[in-house]
Parts: sequence; structure tokens; C-alpha cells
Amino acid sequence: MSLNRRDFLKTLGIVGVSLTVGDSFASTNKSNDDVEFYGILYDSTRCVGCQTCEIECAKANGLTEPEDAPQAGVIRNTDEKHRTVVNSYNTSKGEVFIKKQCMHCNEPACAAACLTQAMYKTKEGAVIWRGDKCMGCRYCMVSCPFDIPKFEYHSANPKIEKCTMCFDKIKTGGIPVCAENCPAEAIKFGSRRELLAEARKRIVENPDVYIDEIYGEHTAGGTGFLYLSSVSMNELGFNTNLQKESYPKLSKGFLYSVPSVFVLLPPLLLGIYEATKRNILNKNIENNENE
Amino acid sequence: MKMNNNTMPISKDNDGESIWKFLIREIKPKGKFLTPFNIISIPIILVGAVLIVIRFIYGIGAVTNLTQDVPWGLWIGFDVVTGVAFAGGAYVLTFMVYILNMHKYHSIVRITVLNGFLAYVFYAGALLLDLGRPWNVINPIIGNNFGTSSVLFLVAWHFLLYMIAQLIEFSPSIAEWLGAKRARKILAGMTIAAVIFGITLSTLHQSGLGALYLMAIDKIHPLWYSEFIPILFFVSSIFAGLSMVIFEGSISHKAFSHHISEKNHKAQNGIVLGLAKICAGAMFAYFFMQLLVFIHGKNWEYLNTSMGYWFLLEMLGFVLLPMMLFVYGYKKNSIFTVKLAAILTMLGIILNRLNVTVIGFRWDAIDRYVPSWMEIVVTLAVILTEIMIFRWVINRMPVLRDSPKWVSEEK
Repeated sequence: MSLNRRDFLKTLGIVGVSLTVGDSFASTNKSNDDVEFYGILYDSTRCVGCQTCEIECAKANGLTEPEDAPQAGVIRNTDEKHRTVVNSYNTSKGEVFIKKQCMHCNEPACAAACLTQAMYKTKEGAVIWRGDKCMGCRYCMVSCPFDIPKFEYHSANPKIEKCTMCFDKIKTGGIPVCAENCPAEAIKFGSRRELLAEARKRIVENPDVYIDEIYGEHTAGGTGFLYLSSVSMNELGFNTNLQKESYPKLSKGFLYSVPSVFVLLPPLLLGIYEATKRNILNKNIENNENE
Repeated sequence: MKMNNNTMPISKDNDGESIWKFLIREIKPKGKFLTPFNIISIPIILVGAVLIVIRFIYGIGAVTNLTQDVPWGLWIGFDVVTGVAFAGGAYVLTFMVYILNMHKYHSIVRITVLNGFLAYVFYAGALLLDLGRPWNVINPIIGNNFGTSSVLFLVAWHFLLYMIAQLIEFSPSIAEWLGAKRARKILAGMTIAAVIFGITLSTLHQSGLGALYLMAIDKIHPLWYSEFIPILFFVSSIFAGLSMVIFEGSISHKAFSHHISEKNHKAQNGIVLGLAKICAGAMFAYFFMQLLVFIHGKNWEYLNTSMGYWFLLEMLGFVLLPMMLFVYGYKKNSIFTVKLAAILTMLGIILNRLNVTVIGFRWDAIDRYVPSWMEIVVTLAVILTEIMIFRWVINRMPVLRDSPKWVSEEK
């Protein structure tokens, strides 16, 4: 009996470990530099706040076209009907427009959080949402440091809405509608490596115009969406205090400890059980002898 | 409730009555219908049921105050995160009784495991209400897809597996109720395996519930966020669960007094005092860890803020104070003090879990999330339904009362 029991436990342990570990740590293991995928470079010094990107995005995705225009002092936010917004800020260098949407992180917190891989970092670089997998738990929203995934709270069949970098288009060699239609050429689509080089070139050539920083190069472990601006992103409603490491790293330590606990704890418990069981048996024998 | 042990059909095993007739008779309510508990709880459950229907027709936003910034509210923060901490008594007690062979606590194992099992079924079940697309809940189980890098994936699997483990741990009671002798023997033989598996799962998902919030580093107030949330959640689940055992035990011993044998009634005080000692020890470890985390995190600057006072209230008023009350109650043999300490501890756990998940989450947001009355009613309805099922089981199965005679005869 006790042998069977042990075998049973062993099997359970093995099943448990394979269930809890799996192989997809690999997806969060890449270093930032050797990843070649698409991204978007947004240059806020070129943006004129015309909202063409907002309108084209709404049209392409069957969402609501914007009803209000960017206005300094008013913060418009993305929501379940608007995947991107352009805001206006009064800064130390005058009025600056800034576009907001999904950052398409290199190692997205939302994708690491998703227990069904509904949030998914494609090999092209876009972070997409897959409705056939999503159970609507909203853990992606809890985890995203940029608060990007939005949930349809007033639907019986709710979707998560966020920018997908027009994944259906870039898959077939197209470019995202915002980049395609921007009249000011403020939005440039390309490989992340090329875009970083282009951004550095612009900073070097126009040191008076830009601050010497590309927001998204290192933020949150690097993002696919890169920002150039004339003032600190702090002034434009962006959090510049976000950590440089990727967010999935925060829970990695815990996840790595799971297999060790699964391997070490059951034998330990079994050992204690056997040890204390003997104690009780011995006590019973002693008692019987005394009687 | 009018039936007493002698007339229970269990003692008349194989008397020719078909199992179906037996089950149909057992499913009917026993005892008076218009008890004070029923008069209060049934209307709440009915309103809760209506709200659940509304939620599935018009969406989660129709009944909750959840926002795009605060996507997890009362239903997760209280029902799931707090409820599971309270259900921790089951793994702690099975550890004490089956692994450490502390025989003194054997008489309360069944009711604790039942309580834990029902808590998981109902509170994890309440999770379905909070899922926007609950029809996809099966996806991480069937592999569409396995999101193995997710802490929630681990927690979901562990909930499922632990429910099965707890059902196995409890199953001998069901077999005794049905008079299934052979099944009882097989199921009782699986107990140790289920217990070891269950403790391992509990260790990981009690801490896992805290690990869920590790990526929300920018959203949770620094006094409650640290990389040690998983360990703090695990350690606090020990005394959260045991306080629940003390609290639930004091109610059960009044409400179900007629089920409990004279011997077990007498043993109860000794059990409560023993649990108080363990609670005090675990709480000391927890308090010390919180202190280390606080100093290590260099959080002094936050203390003199309103959130800082709130933090001090939780730590001093609902951890340190009940810990000292547990010690005092144990030293002075004061059951009243221990029960008071247990209630304070439970309030402290509610406070702590809500501080991490709701109150301290996005504490700086302009639009704070405050649960709607409908979220509260649904939560109450879930808890009350669980208590009803709990009562139903206790009135039928040998949970509090001794096993039928044939069990000891077989040994």
C-alpha cells in the first residue's frame, strides 16, 4: 500500500511540475537588443494634432470616431471605443501634441499575465488580443503599467480593446493606418532597430529640437512604440519613473520557485508523516506493555 | 433537524431501500423553514440571483462600479483573495492532524475541510461572475492556450486541483452518509496522498494570490507592495485560516450542538486554546516579516500620511493586538479572549487583503473605486448560499457527529 502511495505521489508530482512549469519562459527570456521586430516611431515635434490617426484608426477597426478635439488642460483617454487619442499639453516649450496607444512592449506584462495567451506578442512585434482564448479576467489590465487594455463593461460579450498595430495589415506587408495616413509624417512604421537608428539620427542632427532621450528604448524593458519629443515625457502625461526592467521579471522569481516547492515539499511532508506515525505506534505499544 | 442519529438511514445500511429514494428524501430541507437565518438570507439570495441575471444580460458594468483603471474590485479582492485566505484552515489543520499526527485536533478536521472545500467552490465559483467571457474559462485547462508564464494560470490550476484534493479528503464522510462501505475504505486510503498534495498546492496558491499583484508595482501603495507579498500572503493564510476555524467552531458548537458528542464538546476548549497558541506564533512571524519589509523598503516617509495611519492601524490594531490577545487568552485559559482575538484577526485579514487589492490599488486615482451596493449584495448572497449548503451537509453527513458504528467495527 505504501509503495503504491508513493508511486501515486510521484506521478502527481510529475504531472504537477509539467503543468506548472511548461516551456514558455523562453518567450520572456529574450534580451532587448537582439530582437528584430516591427515598431512605430512617433515624433511629437512633427505632430499637429489633426486627429487623422484617431479617425483612420476608428474607421479601420469599426470603432467610434472622436467627438472632441485635443485641448490643453483636458486629458482625453483611450477607452473601449477609442484605441488611440492625441492630447495637447502646455509645456515649457509651448503647446505639444502627444499620441497615446498601446506601447507594444518587447516583453509585455499583459501577455505574461494572460493565462490563455489571449494577449499575445506576435513575432512581428505587435501585441494582439485573441477573443477565442480570452476569458475576460482582466488580469492584463491589472498588470499593464501603461493602463492600455480596455474592457467593454457594458456588454454581455465583452472584448478587450487596444491598439494591435494593425496586425492584420502588417502580417501581409502593409503598414498601420495611423502611420499610413499621418499628413505630418509624425508616425513612422519600420523595424524597431531601424527606427531607433532613425530616432538617434534626428536627435543628433537637431539637438536644439529634441531632448536626448527616446522614450520606449529602455522603458519597461523596451517598447515597440518609440517617442521623440522636445520636452520630458513627464510633462506630456507619461510616467518617466517606470522601471527599466521588463515587468514579467517581477513575477519570475515566484514562478521559478514553483517547481522546487513541488519537488521538495511532498517528500518532506511524507517524511514527517512517516516519522510522526512511528511515534504514535511506539506510544501505543508502550501503553499496551504498561497495561 | 428533528431527526436524530438513531433514525438516520446510514445506520440501516442495505435495508433494501433504493439509493434514489434515499437521495430524494435527503435532498428535502429538514427542520423548520422560517428560522431567523432563513428570513434574512433568502431575500438577499433572491436579490443576488436577480442581479446575477442582470449582470449576464447587460454586462459587468451594469451591476459593478469597476473602472478601466481598477478592473478588479470587491468580487476578486474580497470573495476570492480574502475568502481563500480564510479557507486556509483546511490545509493547516490537515497538516497538523495527518502529517504531524496531532490527534487532539482530529474531531474538527472534517468540518474544517468541508468549510474549506465549500469556500473554494463558492468563492472560485464567484469568480465566474467576474469573468467577462466565462464560457472560455475552460481554455487554460484544455490548452487554448497554456499561459504558463502567468501567475493566474498557476492559481487557476491549483484551485481546480485543490478542490479535487479536498473532495477526496472529505469523501469518506459522503461514503458514510450513503452507507457505501467499500467506497469508504478506498477513499479513506487516499486521504494521506490527497493531504500531501493539498498542502503543497495550498502553499503555492496562497502565496500565488499575492504574486498576482507583483506586476502592479506602480499601482499599489508602497506600504503594501513589496516583492515579498507572496510570502506575507502565505504566512498570514495560516492564522487567517485558524482564526476562521476558531470562529466557525464557536458558532457550529451552538448551532449544531445536538450533533456533537459529549466527548467532543469537552475537547473543544482545549482545541481552541491550542489553535490560539499556533495563531500567536504565526502572527509573530508575520508581524516580524512586515516590520522587516517596512524597514527594508525605507517606507518611513509614508507613515505620516493618511495611508500611513491606515497602515499602522492594520499592523498594530489588527495584527499586534490580536496576537497579544491570543497569547493572553492561552496563558489565562480565557476562551472569550481567544474568540475576540480570532475576530480581530479576521478583520485584520480582510483589511490587509482589501488594502492590497482594492483600497491601496490605485490609491492615487482621482476617481476612486467604491463597490456598488449590488456588488455587496451579490457577495452576501454567495456567502449565505454557501452557509446553507454547509448546514445541509452537516445535518446529513457525519461531519460533526461521530461516524456510524460500522466504520469502527471494520477496523
